[in-house]
Amino acid sequence: MSSKKTTVPFAGTKEQEEALKKVIAENKGEKGALMPIMQKAQDIYGYLPIEVQTMIADGMGIPLEKVYGVATFYSQFALNPKGEYQISVCLGTACYVKGSGDVYAKIEEILGIKGGECTSDRKFSLDACRCVGACGLAPVMTINGEVYGKITPGEVKGILEKYM
Amino acid sequence: METVNITINGMAVEAPKGSTILAAAKLAGIDIPTLCYLKEINEIGACRICMVEADEGRGARLVASCVYPITEGMKVYTNTPKVLEYRKKTLELILSDHDKKCLSCVRSGKCELQKLCKDFGVDDVDKYAGITNEFEIDDSAAHMVRDNNKCINCRRCIAACEKTQGIGVIGANNRGFITEISSAFGMGLAETSCVCCGQCIAVCPTGAIYEKSNIDDILKAIADPEKHVVVQTAPAVRAALGEMFGMPIGTGVQGKMVAALRRIGFERVFDTDFAADVTIMEEATELLGRVTNGGCLPMITSCSPGWIKYCEHYYPDQLAHLSSCKSPQQMFGAILKTYYAEKMGWDPKSIVSVSVMPCTAKKFEIGRDDQNAAGVADLDFTMTTRELGRLIERCGINFTALPDEEFDNPLGESTGAAVIFGATGGVMEAALRTAVWKLTGETNDSPLEFTEVRGMEGIKEATYKVAGLEVKVAIASGLSNAKVIMDKIRAGEADYTFVEIMACPGGCINGGGQPQVPASVRNFEDYRSLRAKALYDYDASMPVRKSHENASVKKLYEEFFGEPNSHKAHEILHTSYVERKIHNN
Repeated sequence: MSSKKTTVPFAGTKEQEEALKKVIAENKGEKGALMPIMQKAQDIYGYLPIEVQTMIADGMGIPLEKVYGVATFYSQFALNPKGEYQISVCLGTACYVKGSGDVYAKIEEILGIKGGECTSDRKFSLDACRCVGACGLAPVMTINGEVYGKITPGEVKGILEKYM
Repeated sequence: METVNITINGMAVEAPKGSTILAAAKLAGIDIPTLCYLKEINEIGACRICMVEADEGRGARLVASCVYPITEGMKVYTNTPKVLEYRKKTLELILSDHDKKCLSCVRSGKCELQKLCKDFGVDDVDKYAGITNEFEIDDSAAHMVRDNNKCINCRRCIAACEKTQGIGVIGANNRGFITEISSAFGMGLAETSCVCCGQCIAVCPTGAIYEKSNIDDILKAIADPEKHVVVQTAPAVRAALGEMFGMPIGTGVQGKMVAALRRIGFERVFDTDFAADVTIMEEATELLGRVTNGGCLPMITSCSPGWIKYCEHYYPDQLAHLSSCKSPQQMFGAILKTYYAEKMGWDPKSIVSVSVMPCTAKKFEIGRDDQNAAGVADLDFTMTTRELGRLIERCGINFTALPDEEFDNPLGESTGAAVIFGATGGVMEAALRTAVWKLTGETNDSPLEFTEVRGMEGIKEATYKVAGLEVKVAIASGLSNAKVIMDKIRAGEADYTFVEIMACPGGCINGGGQPQVPASVRNFEDYRSLRAKALYDYDASMPVRKSHENASVKKLYEEFFGEPNSHKAHEILHTSYVERKIHNN
């Protein structure tokens, strides 16, 4: 089976673990505690890798799959961390018809990651977004808020190299 | 009891308050089709096959009868054109993302989805053709394959794993169209703490989950003149195999099963029951030894490989409680390749040891370490009751018309104590028959039946006073029940002497390798008791009903092992366990 585990090495600290344990202890007995615990865990770690989900499962005495099922149902939970540079490609209607899908695919190819993932050196993460309100510049992508407009797949490499 | 009056298709029906429409209709003899619904463990109203029209005074509305409660004066219609059309459309939508290769599907002919499509006149399987998912097949586990391209997301397997067994290594992941029943982080089942019990397969309505099969290897071995292909059959197989051929649940088919195996071409047709009697000799001796020498108590049975794997994953700190006895299947294989090989002058390497089991965990068990008494694997192949049914069909054998035949000897001789191994409480009762005989001075009139330990309850307890000793026993079947007992033992709150645990609810008669009982029967009939009764009837009809009175077993000890728990018996018939984790990441 192909693993859905992130390729980014886990770098959780003792402090983060203590904070998560405290959250679990505070919420454990409550009905419907899983989601709030997962939300707080994501606040603490920024994402929910298998190490964190396992801590939640063990702490609550529930199967890991139960946590993972919730994590993959709701789009606000992330299985991958965000990179130092967060790339966001608009796949909204205007950008899409102007070829942002090809730009997106090109970035995936260059970085060797899929949308939603992060490179293992934590440098870049890639996400799709829906309309940044700059349709006149379509197709648009942003890197840490800096906007790049009217880009072609051929220009992607040059743009990324600025950050490497 | 408070009741509610309703009408179903114009017929007056009185049913207990709180009943669902589905249950009330069943009371009135009206069957409503279901797909996702499993009584008590999967009442989620998700699949929409059980829709009926219900009028509570505001006009008829479509509701899911499996979860919709009846109210006074409600008018229910189960077969209106609107209902029938709705069900048909639901099926067509399910088929829009279903791998429809029924011709080559292991479940073809016994598939609940296929039957519904036939029943509701689905005449265009591509009515809503469009994008389909392409799910990766998970064949990582030793015992089964999951092909989600045939999965309809009914979640029955999840309920069996999580609720019946208390394990929960599978669940619904992702959302919407790409929802998939799988394990966390894309792990193959083999990477999880799955115990291989196969209860997920037993409840699957389609061919999405099925056992891994070695049928072709077995047939190849049979055709090889250099090989001695020997088969053994577990007690519970004879209580359910007939269902594969349309015989009523609970029909005992031992004689026909033996005849069929002989016609398939097995050189010897033996009985795991023989090894069950040996197990009792070993286990009862081990138990009495622990009682007299202050060994680890309670001692817990070790026949059920699903239970063993569960204990290793979830109670690795409690392994000392497990009897060191190999399971009857493995004992049989070990005896076959040592004692019997020696007797026949066969090279153990020339023997192909095959078993027919009600169990999928046996496929994991045969690959365990320390299961190779003769230097080669005790067991080479194991097939489920279902696989044997298919093999019989493949060989063109008219099963129901077969004569009754007897097992070969000496490894086919057995007692009533052995045949009840297949039902929850059976190993306990068989052990008590021999342990009490030993403790009370080995007289011939020692008690025979211990009915307190029989029955389908998940947890049973009993206390016996034997020769001044108080013997407290407990029996659990189904792993969520096992958990209750194990938590007590771990907490030091249990004062049992001997505990029997079987992974599957009701014992092996309801094993994960038994013929699948469709939900339409499973939800309303006590099929487990019917199958168990077949075993208790065999027991009652047998001339010898205590393991220590099995003449061939006595001879085995005289000629080979010396006595139970001897050094040689330990080497060949006993094993050890390993600590496993819940998470392997």
